Amino acid sequence: MNRPLPKFGIGLALAAAALTFTGVEQLGALAAEHGEAAARLYPPAPKLSAADYPSIAGVNSRVAVWIFAQLHLWFAAFVLAVPIFVFIIEAIGMRTRDKRYDDMAYEFIKVSITAYSLTAILGGMLLFSLILFYPHLFSYLSTIFRESMFYYALLFFAESAALYIYYYGWHWLQGGFRKWVHLTLGLVLNAVGTTIMLLANAWLTFMMSPAGVDGAGVFSGDAWAAIHNFLWNPINIHRFVANIAYGGSIVGAYAAFKFLTASGPRERAHYDWMGYNANFIAICALLPLPFAGYYLAAEIYAYSQQMGITLMGGIFAWLFIIQAVLIGTLFLSANYYLWCGMGRSDGAKRYTKYIKYIAIVLVGAFLVWFTPHTLVLTNEELKALGGPHHKILGPLGIMPAKNTAVNVMIIFTALSFMFYRRANKVATVPWVKAGNAIQVALYAAGIANILFLGIYHGYFTNTVYKVAASIPQVLTTLVVIAGSIALDSFIYRGGKEVGPLHWGRIPERAQYALFLLAVAFTWLMGLMGYIRSGIRQHWHVLDIMRDASPDAFTPTLGYAANVVSVAAIIFMAMVIFVFWIAQVSSDKTLPAGYWKD
Amino acid sequence: MRIPKLLQAVLVLAGVYFGFIVVFDVILEAVIPSSLLVMYMFFVTAGVFMVFTYDEEGTRELVAPIKALVEDPSKRVWRNIVFVIVPLAAGAGTYVQMQPSFEAPLELRTIHPAPPTTAKIYGKRVNLLKLENPFRKLEKEDPEQFRELVEEGAAVYIQNCQYCHGDKLDGNGPYAAGLNPTPLNFQDVGTIAQLQESYLFWRIATGGPGLPKEAAPWISSMPVWQNFLKEDEIWKTILFLYDYTGHSPRTWGNE
Ligand code: HEC
Repeated sequence: MNRPLPKFGIGLALAAAALTFTGVEQLGALAAEHGEAAARLYPPAPKLSAADYPSIAGVNSRVAVWIFAQLHLWFAAFVLAVPIFVFIIEAIGMRTRDKRYDDMAYEFIKVSITAYSLTAILGGMLLFSLILFYPHLFSYLSTIFRESMFYYALLFFAESAALYIYYYGWHWLQGGFRKWVHLTLGLVLNAVGTTIMLLANAWLTFMMSPAGVDGAGVFSGDAWAAIHNFLWNPINIHRFVANIAYGGSIVGAYAAFKFLTASGPRERAHYDWMGYNANFIAICALLPLPFAGYYLAAEIYAYSQQMGITLMGGIFAWLFIIQAVLIGTLFLSANYYLWCGMGRSDGAKRYTKYIKYIAIVLVGAFLVWFTPHTLVLTNEELKALGGPHHKILGPLGIMPAKNTAVNVMIIFTALSFMFYRRANKVATVPWVKAGNAIQVALYAAGIANILFLGIYHGYFTNTVYKVAASIPQVLTTLVVIAGSIALDSFIYRGGKEVGPLHWGRIPERAQYALFLLAVAFTWLMGLMGYIRSGIRQHWHVLDIMRDASPDAFTPTLGYAANVVSVAAIIFMAMVIFVFWIAQVSSDKTLPAGYWKD
Repeated sequence: MRIPKLLQAVLVLAGVYFGFIVVFDVILEAVIPSSLLVMYMFFVTAGVFMVFTYDEEGTRELVAPIKALVEDPSKRVWRNIVFVIVPLAAGAGTYVQMQPSFEAPLELRTIHPAPPTTAKIYGKRVNLLKLENPFRKLEKEDPEQFRELVEEGAAVYIQNCQYCHGDKLDGNGPYAAGLNPTPLNFQDVGTIAQLQESYLFWRIATGGPGLPKEAAPWISSMPVWQNFLKEDEIWKTILFLYDYTGHSPRTWGNE
């Protein structure tokens, strides 16, 4: 697996980002020319002792950095993601000339504005706490990343400028050419935002898979090599996709909040529609996410078997069970929201009878998905089984079973979506029957193929094929989803609507599903972020710079989960504040008799 | 007669619960761990709740009996009975849960802890990331000699390992029942099939005492074989383990 990483294009934004990087690359090349002379300029990684870590006001430095980093990351993920889909929604609005899209896009960006300043504040706190509590680590990293850190700071000017013009100029830049200017600004905003994220990713992946330095940590002077380290692209892809899903879920929670506090049916209808779209965005990004995660994990394994085993087989494996439970929760609540949403259409009765079967498959696949590899057994059970290995559940605990289960869950979520879309439509083409038969065949063949790949390659061939089999599985899933969407668009070409959609006709329970989505996402990101960073164990920079602080041990799972949970609660409180502020800004009080006329 | 929704839900849940127990414990003869069953049932309940409440009608029907029980004046007697029974049942449940027992507390065991990067084996520092089975290449280059080595490995295994790991390599040797943790089952897809040969070498050579701190508290009886066997003997035994079970060691190359 030690092949060069495929240069994934994550789209336009990345291309723009690459432009910025050529500058860095040239610098790197220049430095490399000076060769050894340049190398002597850089010190090796410092060897620290406990005395090198200041203790300040009795604060636990690890927890302080941990919480600030986590809070900063949650807000940053949200703030980076919102402009991505706001851009898309704005473009959809321009194409369809449906003003509702434009209004919704504006409302989304409005929510992210307050969050933007919180992101910056928390970023500052993170920076301060790193410098104060871990001065040697920070100074080591900043010798290697001096250029990129400098550009990073500069980019914030560009980011803020683009964001403020984009937001405050929304109503000013309307119509014809101006609208295009506005959309272009949105593109610039995204390009800058993504570049910022890519730079920050380089620093943290350097700590996991250092590059551009020798065994003692002496920097070669090639900044691009340090940035483009082994895990950089896998993290880039994973974060980019996850941020969109996360942003979608947070604005979904916002819409749910507004729905529940709405004063009339019009407002309810509006926020119902908004919640639906937010959920749609979250699910679209959620579907490919397990694959991005799998790719990341595989690359971590490939980089260091030790880190890989710590991640998946060692102590952190138990957190993966929680992860599996939370991801399953995401799928279940997203599906539940869709099913509840079918009540908006009078034609849904035709499809609701299938819901229970979808639920059975989803829950079944979910149970497989979180069955742990190592079971927690009582002594009696241990005796009854004759060993810690369970002949049925054991095989369900390993990757091929998980991959199969998650692909099945994704396909059935897509099926829920298809029913939702069909609920309000009647097909008029003469070949409806044949079309439906093809749909059924497509799904059946896809699922059969996934099961075959999972069972045959997963259990009857060696590990190389086990890992490799996940790729055709993913492709099958993608083909089924794309194929069924395409086919449905033909079947319903020129079709009739059953009646108008009743936006707002959705039970309040469904709104709580949206909240659950946001909370589960937040918690998940916190836990997985901890794992990603924790698998370095007692290293600041893996195998190069040792962590000699008193906290250089892996905390117990319960402790780690508590820290993440506290951080998640703080974050939620801040988010509620953001929602509330967005609401206050449009409230007006008429102070009768206060001002003189 | 149509079964009321609440009863339907309860019946489904009870059916699934006993279904699990019957299928696993009776038909497949492999008990389902209670810790897992609790988790399974939690999410099955969530699924049932989702199916019964996605529309208003269903929800109303589902909660109607509960509402009536609490609000309807004619149900007073029932209400009082339920309001006594439910807290009592909850109390009894808690009592049973908290009652001290002689059962050793459950341990979260990490069966495959991460190996160290280097380890001291046979008095040398070996780098586990780079270590390879010196005989593995013979599998292609000289199949005949390879077979001989596997045979020799089998002999080592039968003389030393089968007491614990079993003559079928299924972890069920004559001593197995007395050990906790139990010897591992090499036939299982979750053990050696997931590991590199260097990992096995490390585990066999250093045994239970060689396990890293992370795997504690863990009193593994696996002996430290570097004290009893020669280095080649361990490598040959590893060949045999994979050969007999039909698994192949984890590799990253794709040849
Ligand atoms: C006294 C009983 C006993 C004997 C004899 C014994 N083992 Fe073990 N072995 C164990 C136990 C118990 C475990 C599980 C706990 C652990 O991993 O330490 C184990 C684990 C292992 C593992 C780790 C497998 C994994 O998936 O991590 C390997 C490999 C292994 N034994 C090989 C051998 C070989 C080869 C021999 C003979 C040379 C042998 N054992 C002899 C008790 C024994």
